[in-house]
Amino acid sequence: MKNFFRISFLIALFFGFQFNSNAAEKVEYLKTDWSFKGPFGKFDRTALQRGYQVYQEVCSSCHSMKYLSYRNLVEEGGPEFSVEQAKAIAASFEVKDGPNADGEMFMRPGRLSDKFVMPYENEKAAQAANGGAYPPDMTVLVKARGGGVDYIYSLLQGYEDPPVGVTLDDGVYYNKYMYGNKIKMSNQLSDGLVEYSDGTNASVEQMAKDVTTFLMWTAEPHLETRHKMGFKAIVYLIILTVLVYFSMKRIWSRIETKV
Amino acid sequence: MSEHEYTPKSKVGKWFNDRLPLLTLANHLTDYPTPKNLNYWWTFGGILTFCLITQIVTGLVLAMHYIAHADMAFQSVEHIMRDVNYGWLIRYIHANGASMFFLAVYIHIFRSLFYGSYKSPREIIWIIGIIIYLLMMAAAFLGYVLPWGQMSFWGATVITNLFSAIPLVGEGIVTWLWGGYSVDNPTLTRFFTLHYLIPFLILGLVVLHIWALHVPGNNNPIGIDIKKPSKDTVPFHPYIVIKDGFALLMFMIVFAFFVFYTPNILGHADNYIEANPLVTPAHIVPEWYLLPFYAILRSVPDKLLGVIAMLSAILILAALPWLDTSKIRSAVFRPLYKQFYWILVADVLILGYVGAMPAEGLYLLIARIATAYYFLHFLVVLPVLGFKERTTPVPLSITEPILGGSPNLAAVKKKDSFKVQ
Repeated sequence: MKNFFRISFLIALFFGFQFNSNAAEKVEYLKTDWSFKGPFGKFDRTALQRGYQVYQEVCSSCHSMKYLSYRNLVEEGGPEFSVEQAKAIAASFEVKDGPNADGEMFMRPGRLSDKFVMPYENEKAAQAANGGAYPPDMTVLVKARGGGVDYIYSLLQGYEDPPVGVTLDDGVYYNKYMYGNKIKMSNQLSDGLVEYSDGTNASVEQMAKDVTTFLMWTAEPHLETRHKMGFKAIVYLIILTVLVYFSMKRIWSRIETKV
Repeated sequence: MSEHEYTPKSKVGKWFNDRLPLLTLANHLTDYPTPKNLNYWWTFGGILTFCLITQIVTGLVLAMHYIAHADMAFQSVEHIMRDVNYGWLIRYIHANGASMFFLAVYIHIFRSLFYGSYKSPREIIWIIGIIIYLLMMAAAFLGYVLPWGQMSFWGATVITNLFSAIPLVGEGIVTWLWGGYSVDNPTLTRFFTLHYLIPFLILGLVVLHIWALHVPGNNNPIGIDIKKPSKDTVPFHPYIVIKDGFALLMFMIVFAFFVFYTPNILGHADNYIEANPLVTPAHIVPEWYLLPFYAILRSVPDKLLGVIAMLSAILILAALPWLDTSKIRSAVFRPLYKQFYWILVADVLILGYVGAMPAEGLYLLIARIATAYYFLHFLVVLPVLGFKERTTPVPLSITEPILGGSPNLAAVKKKDSFKVQ
């Protein structure tokens, strides 16, 4: 039994080593306290609502959010806007619908069941408008980048003047956290860029944190349910394991061999 | 097989059993005499059965919601993650389940290597096991393609391209596998079909694996032949059932931790980017459980020879019962083999590590040395060791007193579990 644990520990160590080594060549990301980290982690509702505001006012002009629907904004475990608020948000967008009885496509105000309206008709249009670079869809973005939330949070604050010797083409910017340091997105955040309705001071750091929290939710909308269920499942398994352990001891005590 | 003929007590039972002896089978499975000194490394057979069933059940549900089409696969996976009730749970169990399956199978294989479970009369069990392992790798690779992310697409491109190394017909075979001139929709649909088929082939082979096991019975930590049933054995039920159950629960705790708290840590971030044939990821890396073989593939400068080396690395295992010339099964009584065993374990871990690193400079050098040693272990060390090694005395039975001043039972029990040197 003791050896068993020792070996398991070695295996765990090996895995830990592997993951660390995968991240070895990257720069140190900026750190902040994420409310959703850890086994009991939950989203901060107000941060999600502010994050949505930043996404809406800043990011959404270029970045799509194609797997999200307006109805998701009311769902439990998310920003939890009221139904009225979400309806108002949806209605503020024009959605292409149709064809109608005359065979015509028409525009109508968005509904809760609609997917988030895309900033561009298609990928080519997005590239054409952004100097050839396609602004990636943001729904699962934090899961699609090695550093996850820390990477996005750092990137948003990582703009600097290029070091001596580095020349940048037109429309290319220097960011110390970007892979290769060259990024086609210019610095988007500046202090006081948005006016938070809850009165929070809109510093760059605050906005970066809020919008990253929002992106974590869009990527993992069931994170809170997962954490809660995981806790219950593991506690249940531990109790059952202990019970089974004693049953096993009891059964094996019928013969002289020890388990 | 138990000695006595089984007859059901009830009349109906007897009538049924005379026509289809299912009750005899059930009786055999519960009474099956098992060595009483099996340690926890023997519980991974049961754990693997659990893994297979988990993959089949979760996979079945996923297949109800998944769309095998190049334009919709990625989106349908997101649909499962967001809108299907508990779809995220089912998918995370399935995705992490694959890793857990491999973790368990590697422990199972290395247990077999330590205690010499592949030796006569258990060669067929071992070879069926190797076929299962090969099918598992195929299923895992095919399954990884289905979400149609960047790693799916480029992993599929790299692996299928290996076939182009075959002289003359290679290119033709690759086109035939793809169903076109690149990895595309026809590739995805056939991969999905095969991914659905393979688990059932594995299930069939698992039945054969267990059947073949029940003929000679289990090996055991001291690796001696035992009389069955005897004082050395316990009936499978309840003794082994409860012990397997306990180990399985511990395994499930680890499994649950991955599923609920770090569901994406074993995957690659790039697979959350939809497949794009025009953009190649910076590093194309397979899943962790294939890394040692990936390292072997890349350590050979020639493509064809690399593929041959990679395949041989797996197939050489099938010849193991004949490469290992030692009459003694368990490493407990083989002081030299025990050392080489741990070197092999380290060697495979090193291969796994360099497999994840870029194939250049020092990493490439280490990969080459580790690859060479891997083959050296099986082709030279094992055959020679059987003749040269001075083994320690082996007890005659698990419970009986031991002849010739060899260690007593307590000492054997202490020694029989894996020892970190």
